[in-house]
Amino acid sequence: MAFEPREEQKELKYDELRIYSDEELNNYTEEELKNFKIKHDIPMCEDLEKGPWPSFVADAKREALHRRKLADDRMMIERDVVDDLLGQLEVSFQHGETHWKHGGIVGVFGYGGGVIGRYSDLQERFPSIAHFHTLRVNQPASKFYSTDYLRSLCDLWEYRGSGMMNFHGSTGDIIFLGTFTEQLEPIFFELGHVMQQDLGGSGSNLRTPSCCIGKARCEWSCYDTQDMCYELTHYYQDELHRPAFPYKFKFKFDGCPNCCVASIARADMSFIGTWRDNIRIDQKAVQAYIGGEIDPNGGAHKGKDWGKFDIQKEVLDLCPTQCMWMEDGKLMIDDKECTRCMHCINVMPQALWPGEDTGVSILFGAKAPILEGAQMSLLTIPFMKTEHPYENIKEIVDKAWDWWMEEGKNRERLGELIQRYGVPKFLEVLEIPPMPQMVKEPRSNPYIFWKEEDVPGGFERTIEDYRTRHAR
Amino acid sequence: MALSQERLGRYNPDKPMENRVTDLGPRHFWQYFPPVIQNNYGKWKYHDILEPGILVHVSETGDKVFTVRVGGCRFMTVEHVREICDIADKHCDGYVRFTTRNNIEFMVDSQNKVEALKKDLMSRKHVSGSYKFPIGGTGAGLTNIVHTQGYIHCHTPATDASSMVKAVLDDLFEHFQGMTFPAQVRISMACCLNMCGAVHCSDIALLGYHRKPPIIDHEVLDSVCEIPLVIAACPTAAISPTKTEEGKKSVKIKEERCMFCGNCYTMCMAVPLTDKEGDCVTIMAGGKVSNRIHPPKFSKVVVPGVPNNFPRYPEVCEAVRKIINAYAADANKYERIGDWAERIGWERFFEKCDLPFTEHLIDDYRLAYDTYRTSTLFKYTDAAWEVSRAAGGID
Repeated sequence: MAFEPREEQKELKYDELRIYSDEELNNYTEEELKNFKIKHDIPMCEDLEKGPWPSFVADAKREALHRRKLADDRMMIERDVVDDLLGQLEVSFQHGETHWKHGGIVGVFGYGGGVIGRYSDLQERFPSIAHFHTLRVNQPASKFYSTDYLRSLCDLWEYRGSGMMNFHGSTGDIIFLGTFTEQLEPIFFELGHVMQQDLGGSGSNLRTPSCCIGKARCEWSCYDTQDMCYELTHYYQDELHRPAFPYKFKFKFDGCPNCCVASIARADMSFIGTWRDNIRIDQKAVQAYIGGEIDPNGGAHKGKDWGKFDIQKEVLDLCPTQCMWMEDGKLMIDDKECTRCMHCINVMPQALWPGEDTGVSILFGAKAPILEGAQMSLLTIPFMKTEHPYENIKEIVDKAWDWWMEEGKNRERLGELIQRYGVPKFLEVLEIPPMPQMVKEPRSNPYIFWKEEDVPGGFERTIEDYRTRHAR
Repeated sequence: MALSQERLGRYNPDKPMENRVTDLGPRHFWQYFPPVIQNNYGKWKYHDILEPGILVHVSETGDKVFTVRVGGCRFMTVEHVREICDIADKHCDGYVRFTTRNNIEFMVDSQNKVEALKKDLMSRKHVSGSYKFPIGGTGAGLTNIVHTQGYIHCHTPATDASSMVKAVLDDLFEHFQGMTFPAQVRISMACCLNMCGAVHCSDIALLGYHRKPPIIDHEVLDSVCEIPLVIAACPTAAISPTKTEEGKKSVKIKEERCMFCGNCYTMCMAVPLTDKEGDCVTIMAGGKVSNRIHPPKFSKVVVPGVPNNFPRYPEVCEAVRKIINAYAADANKYERIGDWAERIGWERFFEKCDLPFTEHLIDDYRLAYDTYRTSTLFKYTDAAWEVSRAAGGID
């Protein structure tokens, strides 16, 4: 099985791309690092060097030392950017308030997103972070990397930016943290021309889509999460870079109902893998679980003695639809009653698997609380077969977007628009009928917005006619 | 083609559109898969967690891939990433992967490569003593805490993120390296209500929150903000237009209506909310995103606000530990924190976690009614007896 990239991929060899020599990369000793002080006093930050969890302060300090020892012409922005960031962080701890100014409109020509402008409000004290703009770099699907790629990215970013990053931002991008305005275009050009790599989304546009590990290393993925993520990201490049939406829009791709990328909580359009045939069962392996030969739950409970595995208590009784039972030593499942919650499959991964007739469920409208409260995605389309290049999915995306772009208010997410207009309107937009699966329960008030065409005779009546039957 | 070393690289500011390439999108994922992943794509049969942080995935071809998962700070310098590359080059043929929860995964294709990799990872420490690559974050344990930017880069935070995550994970480190919980525990952290980290469906959510209404910079407001947009930004209609004594157009705020969401500040820099004493940490619990057994759930507010006590947040760590300890001691196997709280009842949750229940925890926003208990099904706890006493029903 192999996938075709949309454009031929330039092979990136670090030795051909690199900026820094080995000598420059190894320009300090451990002893120097131990004795190294940054130029500001940062007792609270330094307290965060203690303890077992990896210390971001300790990491930042080695970058500060590395920059300290590079030659003047080996970096295009201020040498002391890390020192000043830690210095400002210390002051923020003292003040209990952030010291980043509000906003700042910067970017690269032709794009409305991908760069977040940021300026310090303590520029005299911390001149090296006077500008501290961020770039979002669109990560490859499910975040596998080659070291050639990562090392090249590091050289580019240390040379033209702060050398500080996020792996990764909340939405999934690689985040370049902090550079000056002058370097934004040069970085964009290097990314595009040399690394064949684009920026991600920000602002009122399609945000960088993200996906779970999928078929790359998971036995449960019901569709090619990486491929769908890659295809839709490329297909909607215009929407990702040029804001035309009322607010942000997120796609997330989960391969199964375990939802490892939290699509159901975080995506305006959540794609969750599922199946419509039967759970596959290896009865011999079921017996091996019962006999204690295989650790249940993929070994996840190995840290504590939970006693002997009890299939009745741990699987059958916990099944939310009670659709499983044992019969003549065999595990039986009434699959038509199963809601595919994955519990039994999670508990016995060597005995049970999702079915083979797989597809995606599509849910709409999740978002964090700003503004009308948090929402989870609404189950809208129960099951779809779809194959690269996912034309049937794109048709649905386009219908939802057309409506949202027409009717959505400034900063109104799709989920809020659906609430404002009601689900029936949204179904009309998508041209799909209602189903009971869309609700937890039917409405408990009878305030139905009957439409004129629903009611015999329509709404057209006259008071004169009424009065022929009823005295005033 | 080498990376440019000219000051402006390939960019010519005199002709900004010349040679501009756009809309390339992300690079293709396939080239970053190590051979064992390419060869077994879609053929994985099952997985097993061998010990905390070490997974094996077995393919129907008979191939196996062993994964060593380590905690990462989402904030990383190029120095750290280069060290990750050194490890990946040495042990993993030059491939590495990051997870959605900021962990790093090193994969090898045979078990006899695992020990050397583990030893190498655990031997690497920062000069000040913390691990660089602690192994763990799997199964029924605590995995990495996802978080937002905080004071490192954000203009609206009500607390810092990286430092709080460091403090909490130092405190709970044994659980990152262990798997002794009834089920997995996902802690998430967002430094303001914007929730870039979307923490609202986590077992435990740490949320920076403002508690003072905006202060208004009347002098500049009209020139830097669109007043109608500021007014429209407020979900409770607390903002209305006004004129200052000098006759400048500005806005005024009905303070009792403010619920401190900060949406106005997002629209307008002249109405900042942040304040040392006002800003606090709200703790939520009982959410999840998986559909396993029960539907996904929102996290519920269980601690309305503890102070921002930099840099170690002892009050936050204490509250989190109380919840974790009570859960670990009391929940059934496979129960997430929210499932457990619902089974024992939220009144019992507060009792077992030794957390005070205050009026702040009773919803009075839009859909509050959905959270009212409209039945006689309750359990007696000290909080209930106090009500009976206050009502004159018992001595």
